[in-house]
Amino acid sequence: MPPNRIGSPSRRVEALSKLTGAARFVDDLGMEGMIHGITIRSPLPRGHLVGLHLDPSFDWSEVTVVGPSDIPGCNRVPLLDDDQPVLADGIVNHAEEPLLLLGHRDPAHLERARRAVRVEMLELPGVLTLRQALRNEAPEDPPVHPRGPLLKEITILKGDPGSQWGAADLVVEDEVETGAQEQLYIEPQGMMAWVQDGVVTVHGSLQCPFYVRRGLEVVLGLGPEKVRVIQAVTGGGFGGKEEYPTILAAHAALLALESGKPVKMIYDRAEDLAATTKRHPSLTRSRAAFSRQGTLLALDMELNLDAGAYTTLSPVVLSRAALHAPGPYRCQHTRVHGRAWATNTPPHGAFRGFGAPQGCFAIERLMDLAAARLGLDPAELRLRNLLRRGDTTATGQVMREEMDLHGLVELALAGSGYRRRRAEYEGANREAGPEDPRRGIGLAVFMHGAGFTGSGEVRLASRAGLELGAGGVVRILAASTEIGQGAATVLTQVACDALGAPAASIDVAVPDTSEVPDSGPTVASRTTMVVGSLVERAARGLREDLEREAGLAADADPEAVAEALRAMARGGPRRWMADYEHPEWVQWDEEAYVGDPYPTYAWAAYVAQVAVDPLTGETAVEDFLALQDAGTVVNPLLAEGQIEGGVAQGIGFALMEEVVWSGGRMANARLSNYVIPTAMDLPRIRVEFRETPAGYGPRGAKGMGELPLDGTAPAVLAALDQAMGTRLTRIPALPEQILPGLQAVRGPASRGGPGLQEVRGPASRGGPHA
Amino acid sequence: MPEPVAPVRLRMRVNGADHRLEAFPGERLLDVLRLLGMTGVKEGCGEGECGACGILMDGRLVNSCLVPAIQALGAEIVTIEGAATDPVLRQLQESFMERAGAQCGICTPGMVLAAGALLKRRRDPNEAEIRRALGGNLCRCTGYVKIIDSVLHAARRLNGAGEGHP
Amino acid sequence: MRGIPQDLDIRSPGSLAEALDVLGREPGAWQPLSGGTDLMVLHEAGVLGPRRLLDLSRLEELRKTRVAPDAVEIGAGCSYMAIQEHPVVAREFPMLAQAARETGAWAIQERGTLGGNLANASPAADSVPVLMAYGATLRLSSRSGDRLLPVDAFFLAYRRTALRPDELITGIVLPRREYPVTYFRKVGARRAQAISKVVLAGAGSWEDGGLECRIGIGSVAPVPLRLRSTEDTLRRWAGTGDWQGRATDCLMDEIAPIDDIRSTASYRRAVAANLLLAFLRRAEAARG
Repeated sequence: MPPNRIGSPSRRVEALSKLTGAARFVDDLGMEGMIHGITIRSPLPRGHLVGLHLDPSFDWSEVTVVGPSDIPGCNRVPLLDDDQPVLADGIVNHAEEPLLLLGHRDPAHLERARRAVRVEMLELPGVLTLRQALRNEAPEDPPVHPRGPLLKEITILKGDPGSQWGAADLVVEDEVETGAQEQLYIEPQGMMAWVQDGVVTVHGSLQCPFYVRRGLEVVLGLGPEKVRVIQAVTGGGFGGKEEYPTILAAHAALLALESGKPVKMIYDRAEDLAATTKRHPSLTRSRAAFSRQGTLLALDMELNLDAGAYTTLSPVVLSRAALHAPGPYRCQHTRVHGRAWATNTPPHGAFRGFGAPQGCFAIERLMDLAAARLGLDPAELRLRNLLRRGDTTATGQVMREEMDLHGLVELALAGSGYRRRRAEYEGANREAGPEDPRRGIGLAVFMHGAGFTGSGEVRLASRAGLELGAGGVVRILAASTEIGQGAATVLTQVACDALGAPAASIDVAVPDTSEVPDSGPTVASRTTMVVGSLVERAARGLREDLEREAGLAADADPEAVAEALRAMARGGPRRWMADYEHPEWVQWDEEAYVGDPYPTYAWAAYVAQVAVDPLTGETAVEDFLALQDAGTVVNPLLAEGQIEGGVAQGIGFALMEEVVWSGGRMANARLSNYVIPTAMDLPRIRVEFRETPAGYGPRGAKGMGELPLDGTAPAVLAALDQAMGTRLTRIPALPEQILPGLQAVRGPASRGGPGLQEVRGPASRGGPHA
Repeated sequence: MPEPVAPVRLRMRVNGADHRLEAFPGERLLDVLRLLGMTGVKEGCGEGECGACGILMDGRLVNSCLVPAIQALGAEIVTIEGAATDPVLRQLQESFMERAGAQCGICTPGMVLAAGALLKRRRDPNEAEIRRALGGNLCRCTGYVKIIDSVLHAARRLNGAGEGHP
Repeated sequence: MRGIPQDLDIRSPGSLAEALDVLGREPGAWQPLSGGTDLMVLHEAGVLGPRRLLDLSRLEELRKTRVAPDAVEIGAGCSYMAIQEHPVVAREFPMLAQAARETGAWAIQERGTLGGNLANASPAADSVPVLMAYGATLRLSSRSGDRLLPVDAFFLAYRRTALRPDELITGIVLPRREYPVTYFRKVGARRAQAISKVVLAGAGSWEDGGLECRIGIGSVAPVPLRLRSTEDTLRRWAGTGDWQGRATDCLMDEIAPIDDIRSTASYRRAVAANLLLAFLRRAEAARG
């Protein structure tokens, strides 16, 4: 077994329980006297709730019923705004909005109860798409949202883009769209709740126990000591279990309070797909000025996000989208105007990438368009514009740390054989017969800021640490949740590394709000860097004390450290805690939107190679190279796994994951109709790391969990550009859009049949209108 | 309301142990097994799309969410809880831990059983064959790369090969 | 899970005779249940209409495949996996083995049956165009005896078949013959676990200068289609002038694809034409 240090490919600490089936996910839990809970939801996207009729011929005697009037605290989900009710009261603003909760011990009786409820609504007009919102078609009486259709607006301004259009050799304009994407954790949302001795406890599938606790305090009108939140083994989150579980926890807790019994609520897949958050759809209109040599002179972007019916996290998603939209390029004149719009659809929320994929998609498509117009290879255009050390970004952040984007890109190009293959496919596509695949290879260059945006980390004021207990076991106390990304293992390695202790000496406390400090949510690619640095600091403190008090030698081997821990533990439990300290070299002005929004960035260059079937427009990703520099890699095996999985999600985002909207509702809310890649749809994804330690994370480790979602889709689309000979500007790029583009280029040599028409995309399936 | 259906008596062999139980004929085998304590059999979709509920029934990989209890009468069932005593499944568990084939773990039991069904049929599958065999087991965390590595690793070990990178 | 298990009355006859007897005494009262890969999905969604299911899984007779000199009869209870694994079927009817391999994924193939697929009558069924191309006949059995019906005559309207309320599909008869030209292609949203957007199967040979073939196609009409009109055009015009163009023109008139949750009418039209052309290219190559 290799030593468990930073850089070791250590085994996942909880691997055994997951491989034997012993790991207890929330649906595997049960309690004496437990009842099940379900949610009655709105069938319409907008309307007045006239009545919820319970069929009197049904036996309601043992069914627990909870409505808005049963909420002891505030009927509000506290997040950035408090516009979202826990249960809709009077007015409904999106389809699937929760109206009523039912509970009973027998799932069959409960299902019959569901069928015995009739929802009566008076339908109101609503705005169902982003384009409608942009065209100012939002109804006013009542308004789609109390603050109007525009929920949040951000402007980033550097220099004066307007001054550049006239003199530029080339001005390009572009409009691109990204669709909603479902997180599709294979374990659906689930929560258990019970009340004991005046304390409400929830135990479930979640990423952020302290978000849930705060939510319950507000909804139930209780102090923090009366609410306890415990994370169960969680089967994937990807952001989908960042803010949403607060609502489910509130529902379960309300049923528990009303019934006096423990409650379990598990969503079935169709409900999870239709009712919970998705990635914000985006529509971005951009304009850029270039010199003949390809120097980017000015950039002006109008980035729009569809927030859904309530604010939730949209302001922060918008923020990250806007901050990442200028890409990793130097530009003296940049304007990004971001807006988040309310629509009458289920609120959109956190999904790995959190706005950066949308921003990245826009800038990379724009660069590819410009390259084509300039007659430059897209890689060459990137190389001529990449940020260098010492450059400033659109917010005026000076790139201080050691960085070599040009080197990274060249490495990716060499590692993928990009130049050779691009030329090869050019020729092969020209000669291709009617059934020969059309191939293309494409590049995307991008970055992802680690940690909470701007002053976020200051506001979070995270705390984490260690507790030495019986037998010399050191427990890591943090709110970071293991959701598959390897957080428990990484923090263990950080602790082992700083302590010099063997893995057996370290344990990770279950994230239980009554046991662990608030080290912040498990999001924003912050766990390794922010929480890891707190654990590291606490571990150093413990190590110093071991040396000082127990006389441990500075070069002691792991067994000696373990012995010293056991000795010290005999004196009783002790803690070493660390609080977040904001680096003074990270300066951010929230008002002016200027400064350092992130302390450090992970940098990446991805190369995708595709083959398009000319008969069907189906696209296979045959090869993919994901090269990134995210600082020091704590666990190479787990880090690879993160990138591989992220690229897979990115490929789904690019080519197959479509939410079909009909009447403001997800019409394809079944796994047979919302398709994610299977093992037969993906290549062997190749992952490489360049390690330039930077930032304040342990040994210079940065965050990387979200990075792959940013650049995968643009790389795939760039490859499609070459394969198709035409350019797509909207994802997912389905065969329905690819085939007509391919056939239009091929010309009359092969007949497509008289029925062929230009397909405009999801519009013909009840989706957004053009 | 129509006359309620009576539960039926079923016997089945689960992980080598005989069970006699009562269940409604239309109850899902998934639920019957979970009530017996085999909580390693997971519900991911309830439509036979994700494979998280996958088990071996009379040696064949099936989605237990689609099997009505009455069709499991007399069946020989293996779930992840029975992996330890099956040399192929046990090796797969080892390999998945060695090659980081599990991340969040929810798809893992079904995935191991699907891989087990493959290796019991085909001792030395290539990557394409593995992908096809696992095509009905969705994973959202791994991109399947290390799952395939794990299966290849297990096949090598079972065929008597030593250490070595796939 | 929106289904209520105690609402399902399932009866498991031990023999075909017993099963047919039940259906004969109470025609229309029992919904036959085979592998469950369609009906259980409906049940879990809470939309399964029938409440009384006749479980056919214990009928060993339905799982036998009989090989005779001139025909192979596949038992209607054979799973897709059994079809792939049967040496004669795999060798002589490779398109059927391929369709079986591309239906769902392994776990579905171990349970789904050919009979169940036929009776379910989805226009997107992958195996049906193949059965049409191979000129299959269905054995429909009741208490009063068997009748044989060409698969082309089985599908009457959207999800309505010629199966009588007292009948079961018991066998699928495939005449054994050589097909110099065959082509099968299923097009879905991904490479496994996909419902077809278009699925086409063609089998034929050149006779007296004309192309004799049978072409079946799915997901482009309310029922799986046998492209008789297109076949007639090929019989007459194959090999002369723009015969491919004539054939695709005819195809466009025969099919009636729609926009639905999975795809669009225009995509289906374009792909159907491309798949037909692919079949014709193979025919052209076989001619010389």
